[in-house]
Amino acid sequence: MAKTLTQEFVKGLWEEVPPFRLVLGLCPTLAVTKSVENGIGMGVALTFVLVCSNILVSLLRNVIPAKVRIACFIIVIATFVTVVELLMQAFAYPLFLSLGIFIPLIVVNCIVLGRSEAFAYKKGVMPSIADALGMGIGYTLALSLLGAIREVLGSGAILGINVFGPSFEPFQFMLEAPGAFIGLGLMLCIMNFIGKK
Amino acid sequence: MREMMKMVIVLTVLASLSGGLLAAIRNGTKERIEVAQLNFVKGPAIKQIMVGSSNDPIADRFKMPIGESETDFFIGKFDGKAKTVALEAFGKGYGGDVGVMVGIDVENDTIFGMSVTTHAETPGMGAKAKEDPSFVSQFKGKSVDSPINITNDGGQINAIGGSTITSRAISNAATEASKVYKENKDQILEKMKTF
Repeated sequence: MAKTLTQEFVKGLWEEVPPFRLVLGLCPTLAVTKSVENGIGMGVALTFVLVCSNILVSLLRNVIPAKVRIACFIIVIATFVTVVELLMQAFAYPLFLSLGIFIPLIVVNCIVLGRSEAFAYKKGVMPSIADALGMGIGYTLALSLLGAIREVLGSGAILGINVFGPSFEPFQFMLEAPGAFIGLGLMLCIMNFIGKK
Repeated sequence: MREMMKMVIVLTVLASLSGGLLAAIRNGTKERIEVAQLNFVKGPAIKQIMVGSSNDPIADRFKMPIGESETDFFIGKFDGKAKTVALEAFGKGYGGDVGVMVGIDVENDTIFGMSVTTHAETPGMGAKAKEDPSFVSQFKGKSVDSPINITNDGGQINAIGGSTITSRAISNAATEASKVYKENKDQILEKMKTF
């Protein structure tokens, strides 16, 4: 049972990477991954919320009565989400515009609540931080990867830099919602295929 | 009983701390957010409307309470005279509120120019209202005295093909801005003199 901090951290990167292994937090995964930049922005915002809420929930785990724990988690999470929203408006307004409604929706993201409930409420502060960082970075990488695939195929560019030259006909379908489902499905398929070996 | 007291106390303390923290952060970031909004959303729209103005319309602005909230007014000077004022108004579009910056020529009481600021309309359909200026350019020169409508509703503005709701939202925003301007014209003119 006693895993090391490194193990807690690493599991979020591959073994339990949220969108592909736990298949959690799919709504923003599908909606914002039109480009790498959006994927990274969403991932960083979620990581911040995850780390802060895991720390606080873990610190307060002996104070919070079991019967109202979910309400307490939601207060903690909602507070940090609003903090992120305000900071993003102040310092990265264009990113805020492109992520839109999905920033406030981090409040109901199953990953954050799931980690509070399943991990931070039962464990100490250090493992909780490791867990949150691992999950957050895993989520960021997954979103960036999906964003990269969709951006390259859908607009022929990556981070706004054209990679295929002018003769490439953008596969615009990848930027629409169905393209997100197909991209995600293929990635799940590849991950399962590799994992089986 | 003790358990219940504990629940109430923990929740109350947690909620108050959260409220306090958020109020502090909101106060700390308020100015920066306003600046960011001016730079990234309203700024380009105002510049588009006030092409060729001799001042910086974003710097020359004042606030006035309209209804329950405060509205920003941006002044455009041409040939050294404060001739136009721009304000933002909203109309209900297909994907929520559509924000429109409406510039008004105060000498003729007509619309000087318009530009879409914020919207969540369908890309390739209603979103054209922001990308393609030919739609909003139809509003130029329309009087602020009568409501402005699209042709579907008996007006003179040709709606964007396939985007009647967006077009109607923008017409409503123009009408709304005209109304705000008309109702507060004296005060607005008074304030404009100080620039």
